[in-house]
Amino acid sequence: MASTVVQHVAPPALAEGHGRERATRSGIWVAIFAITMSFAAFTSALMVRQGSGDWKHIVPPPVIYLNTVALLISSITLERARNQATRGSRPQLRNGLPWIVVTFVLGLVFVLGQYLVWRQLAAQGLYLATTSNSSFFYVFTVMHALHLLGGIVALTYLIAQITSRQGRPRWSLFEGAATYWHFMGVLWLYLLFVISTRL
Amino acid sequence: MEDAAVQPAQVHAPPEGFIRKFVFSLDHKMIGKQYYGLALMAVFTGMVLSWFMRFHLVWPDAKIPGLGAIAPTGAPGGVITPEYYLSLLTMHGTLMVFFVLTNAPFAGFGNYFLPIQIGAEDMAFPRFNMMSFWTTLLAFIVLVLAFFIPDGPPISGWTAYAPLSAVGKDAGPGLGWGQNLWAMSIALFCVGQLLGSLNFIATTLDLRAKGMTLMRMPICTWAWFITSCIGLLAFAVLLPACLLLLLDRMAGTSFFIPSGLVVSDRLQNHAGGSPLLWQHLFWFFGHPEVYIAILPAVGIVSHVLITSMRKPLLSAKVMIYSMMSIGFLSWMVWGHHMFVSGMNPFSSLLFSFPTLTITIPATIITLIWLGSLFGANIQINSASLFALGFVSMFVSGGVTGFFLAQPSIDIYLHATYFVVGHFHMVMGVAAIFGILSGTYFWFPKMSGRMMNETLGQIHFWITFVGTYCIFMPFHYLGLVGNVRRYSSFVDDFMAPLMPVHKFISIAAFITGAAQLIFLYNLIHSRFRGKIAPENPWNATSLEWSIPSPPPWNNFGDKHPIVFHDPYQYGVKGSKGDFVMQDSPEQVVGG
Repeated sequence: MASTVVQHVAPPALAEGHGRERATRSGIWVAIFAITMSFAAFTSALMVRQGSGDWKHIVPPPVIYLNTVALLISSITLERARNQATRGSRPQLRNGLPWIVVTFVLGLVFVLGQYLVWRQLAAQGLYLATTSNSSFFYVFTVMHALHLLGGIVALTYLIAQITSRQGRPRWSLFEGAATYWHFMGVLWLYLLFVISTRL
Repeated sequence: MEDAAVQPAQVHAPPEGFIRKFVFSLDHKMIGKQYYGLALMAVFTGMVLSWFMRFHLVWPDAKIPGLGAIAPTGAPGGVITPEYYLSLLTMHGTLMVFFVLTNAPFAGFGNYFLPIQIGAEDMAFPRFNMMSFWTTLLAFIVLVLAFFIPDGPPISGWTAYAPLSAVGKDAGPGLGWGQNLWAMSIALFCVGQLLGSLNFIATTLDLRAKGMTLMRMPICTWAWFITSCIGLLAFAVLLPACLLLLLDRMAGTSFFIPSGLVVSDRLQNHAGGSPLLWQHLFWFFGHPEVYIAILPAVGIVSHVLITSMRKPLLSAKVMIYSMMSIGFLSWMVWGHHMFVSGMNPFSSLLFSFPTLTITIPATIITLIWLGSLFGANIQINSASLFALGFVSMFVSGGVTGFFLAQPSIDIYLHATYFVVGHFHMVMGVAAIFGILSGTYFWFPKMSGRMMNETLGQIHFWITFVGTYCIFMPFHYLGLVGNVRRYSSFVDDFMAPLMPVHKFISIAAFITGAAQLIFLYNLIHSRFRGKIAPENPWNATSLEWSIPSPPPWNNFGDKHPIVFHDPYQYGVKGSKGDFVMQDSPEQVVGG
């Protein structure tokens, strides 16, 4: 290194901005990693607990499949939003707003649908502590719904940022929310698989 | 407004007003200090609890003044009941493991110095960072609340084994609301640590200054980074475990409580749960937790030793790879805590093997230290003394791990003072030595003032000798069969051990009292200490290139550029025998 290099040259502002954008993205992936680990812990608890011999299978109410469809469609609508937003030379989140709102509504539909599922199970006399299978069913579905609510909060914030005059919706925020939202769909498919094969 | 590239140069505005500066601060440095302060509060509370226990063990009938007022049922008239002894033990372990050994070396120093050492202005997510501290503080308050409820703190130990921890108040004092508070506190603590780990990882990956390649990060930054990866996975498992425990306790589920369990003559209304499941989930977190406590200390001590030796380690790379392999192996060894749990003996073998394998990277780390120290002209000060003390503790405590890793020996030693001695030395005291070394080293940077060197060295020698006096005899006690968690030793074979216990207790009182010297030094130096220069130790990493204490945005409005590996010592630089990381000078071999 030549000794003529001046110390503390301010690098272009871009470098700093990119770092923060990247950090939002890695942050989401790190969070996804941690959530995966938590559900792996719940799954291994299920596997250990299954050995106890008091395993009584439960049939989830059919509404659960309608909810699944709603959640899967919501992932597609969010991608529509991305398409609409990136049509121009630079991303314009405002163009994707209608599809973001549709995704938000579908997310709410899913959570309300899950609430219906819980009500119907309760009507069958299956509560949290009734059998070991019902315990795991409620734990899985409630934990997933809580995590999805996090995604709904993120979408709410994003919509508020896009629609408000002083809002500064960052593209990385949309990307982060979208990654998380798709992960919620994948996680749900996994949980549905576990529910229908194990519980 | 949707511009992806244009970002404000500053992460957050300069803090204004008391609340933003000192209470709900977004500044990673203040948050680091808050964590450190919380750890300080927890460590002195935990230490007083251990004094109560040591006092009761050797003078079972003597009254402890004032304790009767705090715990009228647990210590009527100031005499500790056997149950209350277990409460004290539970709270001591929980406070120390979670709120001291995790908070200070990782969350405290890590928050303060990780962003500065990589040349960042702040953490990636300052708001998450603030939430992380306040969640942890709430966890602390919830835990300590257990002292002040009629039920008292739980008696199930810091490991909270089910079904004892799961069945509720039938099982004994403190197992009603006391245990609920414990489980809630630990769940909250997990949330705080997850937010913190997320921040550490994203910050390290994406906010490094220009020229700061991964291999140019100081060893302690590496240690914090590896620790946050471990913490992310470990706390993500403990959190579900605590939630399931709370459901068993409060919602009537049966995850951990087996069928037909009769407690206090009452048949428990649960069926089919697995007590072993708790042990699996807990130790899957619990063993990595050991490395969450020790790896940051390994990093801090390496950093301090290199600076004091004025030469780099034999191989910083091997050191970093060894820490990584410890982190990786930490996931495969949890079963070695469960050799006597009734687990399949073949599983014991499977868990024993990776446990013994971990000793290889740990030994490599030790050999790198010793090899680097060999022939080094080390500068003796409080920081380097505590770093050397750490190496000593790490070796003495680590060696007994070889014994415990083998199922056949562990079956004999399980639940004896041998185990207590082992983990207190290698995890507890060693990590505390790391914290103290870091404190003496970084205090000038954090406060802008120097600590008193004479008091620091007196503090070191009493602590060092005292610690050996306390924990070495533990191993002897364990070998002759002294079981842990008993509040009195009236059995025939244990009665002759009382003189040893008396010696340990007296050593504990003296060593504990010596910590008041440290506390005095810390507080006195904060206000009256000599003003510290920017770089009092002639060190090379980025934290020493900025004023002491650093301005709110660390590097002012400038962005550091890194030209060198972190440890350019023993070279001919313009300022002396070192070249700083951000110095554009060419390095000339010394």
